Amino acid sequence: MRAMRKPFARKFLVSGAIALAALATGTVAIAAGGTEPPPANKWHFQGPFGTFDRAAAQRGYQVYQEVCAACHSLRLVAYRNLMDLGLTENQVKGLIKDITVPDLNDDGAPIDRPARPSDRFKSPFPNLAAAAAANNGKAPPDLSVMIKARANGADYMHALLTGYVPYDKLTPEQIKEFDVKKDDNFNKYFPGHKIAMAAPLSDDKVTYADGTKATLSQQASDVTEFLAWAAEPHMEDRKRTGVRVILFLLALAGLMYAVKRVVWADKH
Amino acid sequence: MVATGALGAVGAAAVAWPFINNLNPAADTLALSTVEVNVTPIAVGQAVTVKWRGKPVFIRHRTEAEIKEAEAVPMSQLPDPETDNKRVTDTAKKVRPEWLIMIGVCTHLGCVPLGNKPGDPKGEYGGWFCPCHGSSYDTSGRIRKGPAPTNLVIPDYLFTSDSLVRIG
Amino acid sequence: MASSHGTPPVFNNKVIAWVDHRLPIFSYIEKEYHTFPTPRNFNYFWNFGAIATVMLVLMIATGIVLATNYTPHVLMAFDAVERIDRDVPQGWLIRDLHMNGASFFFIAVYIHIFRGMYYGSYKAPRELLWMLGVVIFLLMMATAFMGYVLPWGQMSFWGATVITNLFSAIPVVGESIVTWLWGGFAVDNPTLNRFFALHYLLPFVIVAVVALHVVALHVHGSNNPTGIDVKGPQDTVPFHPYYTMKDGFGVMVFLIIFAAFVFFAPDYLGHPDNYIPADPLVTPAHIVPEWYFLPFYAILRAIPDKLGGVLAMFGAIAVLFILPWLDTSRVRSCTFRPIYKWFMMLLVVDVIVLGICGSKPAEGFWVPLSQLATLYYFAHFLVLLPILGKIERPLPLPPSIADSVLKKKAV
Repeated sequence: MRAMRKPFARKFLVSGAIALAALATGTVAIAAGGTEPPPANKWHFQGPFGTFDRAAAQRGYQVYQEVCAACHSLRLVAYRNLMDLGLTENQVKGLIKDITVPDLNDDGAPIDRPARPSDRFKSPFPNLAAAAAANNGKAPPDLSVMIKARANGADYMHALLTGYVPYDKLTPEQIKEFDVKKDDNFNKYFPGHKIAMAAPLSDDKVTYADGTKATLSQQASDVTEFLAWAAEPHMEDRKRTGVRVILFLLALAGLMYAVKRVVWADKH
Repeated sequence: MVATGALGAVGAAAVAWPFINNLNPAADTLALSTVEVNVTPIAVGQAVTVKWRGKPVFIRHRTEAEIKEAEAVPMSQLPDPETDNKRVTDTAKKVRPEWLIMIGVCTHLGCVPLGNKPGDPKGEYGGWFCPCHGSSYDTSGRIRKGPAPTNLVIPDYLFTSDSLVRIG
Repeated sequence: MASSHGTPPVFNNKVIAWVDHRLPIFSYIEKEYHTFPTPRNFNYFWNFGAIATVMLVLMIATGIVLATNYTPHVLMAFDAVERIDRDVPQGWLIRDLHMNGASFFFIAVYIHIFRGMYYGSYKAPRELLWMLGVVIFLLMMATAFMGYVLPWGQMSFWGATVITNLFSAIPVVGESIVTWLWGGFAVDNPTLNRFFALHYLLPFVIVAVVALHVVALHVHGSNNPTGIDVKGPQDTVPFHPYYTMKDGFGVMVFLIIFAAFVFFAPDYLGHPDNYIPADPLVTPAHIVPEWYFLPFYAILRAIPDKLGGVLAMFGAIAVLFILPWLDTSRVRSCTFRPIYKWFMMLLVVDVIVLGICGSKPAEGFWVPLSQLATLYYFAHFLVLLPILGKIERPLPLPPSIADSVLKKKAV
């Protein structure tokens, strides 16, 4: 009787857990939409012990600043946060010495003053309406949490940046099915394929100071690493804490189990 | 005794009412209840979305073909029968079939149907398509297929001149 | 029975004795959580009441801390949550605990509900205990729904829009009710502000109903896997240390799984679209509620009529209120119900199928599948349960709980 009932209870918990997992993956699969899924890459920040590749993220900052920042804001990140990527305070001050941000002077008149490390990243447009007006009616999205705002965000970002297909390389079927015009930008991984943003990156779009060869894929990886950090700057702290918490809970659970066995010894 | 109880109940209801009414729209919210739109920039075949009472309002400058198509639909095919003519009449009873003005909120569960922008899917009936639960609307904004129970709602509007329309 | 055991405890500590003489809280704790006679044959399913309580306390504690940094305004809410994540000391930890805690609270409660159904814990004399549980479940759903609106992402906004619009299905007064709920003509700042206020209030109401739930539980004591009544002291053990230790162990195991999500997959149970700030003019391609609402969402969409769908969805919960009177069987536990046991399993599968249907767009074969699953859900409670109780022949019950434990030992 006992042999029968206990595994039964366990079986139920296990099947419940599996069902839950199936459910959750189902939801993720939907979010990806109808286009082909982005190919999976290996990221330095993946897995329970993954960390950010500081050098790659610094290069990624350069790509963001020199290319993306012309249209895309990063309004939730502050310049001071760059120190988390291994820059010193003076390096950060050096990076922002030419940037000015709007403020009010003592008389209450609007002025532009030099940026300080405590400022958040300056947005390319003063507000959303201005951003939309300058970009054919659709404001370029903020990139602060972009990696978290898409299913498989990092893979998607890399795939999107490298997934442009020039008009003359498209098959007649693709042109017909998606109604592509000569001036449209076609991207393999964008839902619906037609994307307002023209291909932002190409080989040697930036020149890296550390001598890394700036291929298209390299730049895409670097800026993804940077944006992954921007979306969740505390990720390393989270994983480190997690390892400690789980080890602690395992120890406590083990002790609890031992105590429970001793308490119940005379009743079984 | 009964009279005291009854009077007490009236008092309790009178006290309860301000608490309930407190949650209704405030004066500043109500003040935004009308909006004026200049429709001259909208070319034939185009549509714009304006915000009114926090909701999107679709203003579509319909083509001849779209108008004909909307007028030709027999009432028997409509889940919520309504003539096209009735849907393009302003509060002064003037009919302008080229202007379709309606609240762009799906009557099923309040999503914004697609079809206003050039690249949007327009659904099986060439009007609007709600991506949430798949309702399709025709070129008169009438429900044709899917879970939505009624046609897209026509707000009160009045053309104060040929180019200016006041919604609300 | 709780009322029939032991003499009042004697406290050696003078301070405790002094307080207890004036306000008998220590006697109460002693009686209800220490010597309280509890059936000796619980399996691990009986841990989930304690686990749910732990989650409730965790949700309130993290929630209060989060509220000190949150701003319920449409222009600031999204950034306030991100600021908690980025700048507030260990704000990320508190927030990840809170948002995953909601999911795990529901996991614990769903298993707790299943246990009550499988072992017939809702049957006489525990009907009110069960109904209070359904009230807690409803309050949890309302609280979770309003909490999901607070980060003011796309799913927050559109989830709120879809769910509040359900009330517009009510004939005549529906539209006025929706306007009243919103405090405007759409989900907007007044809505967000009042949802925050209520999201803060309702958990304390839940605490109050949980207290009643426990009071009702301790009148007749717990049910047990055999479903037969306690016949004497040989059938029970004191709650402490036997079940405090067993519950403690169960809570730890549950927390380990919880921690795995919080620290290594904090966004796994959420939706990426909620990291896009709310935009009233752009509808996401698929609006999906949080996973714990999916079965009910599937029932809503299974009925092709708006009012019908809404009624079915609320009916799916309402039917739980009358469950004690739908079950006509004379035994409680499914262990001794050879036929109904399998239908009970089928119900679990059915709810999971509904959940999957709810996560898919309402098209293709998902529509008939969700209709079939909805049909079974209601047929299970309204047809199978009353009929089976009459025609099924239960297996022979053991003479007592102690007897069933001893027999297990012999095997």
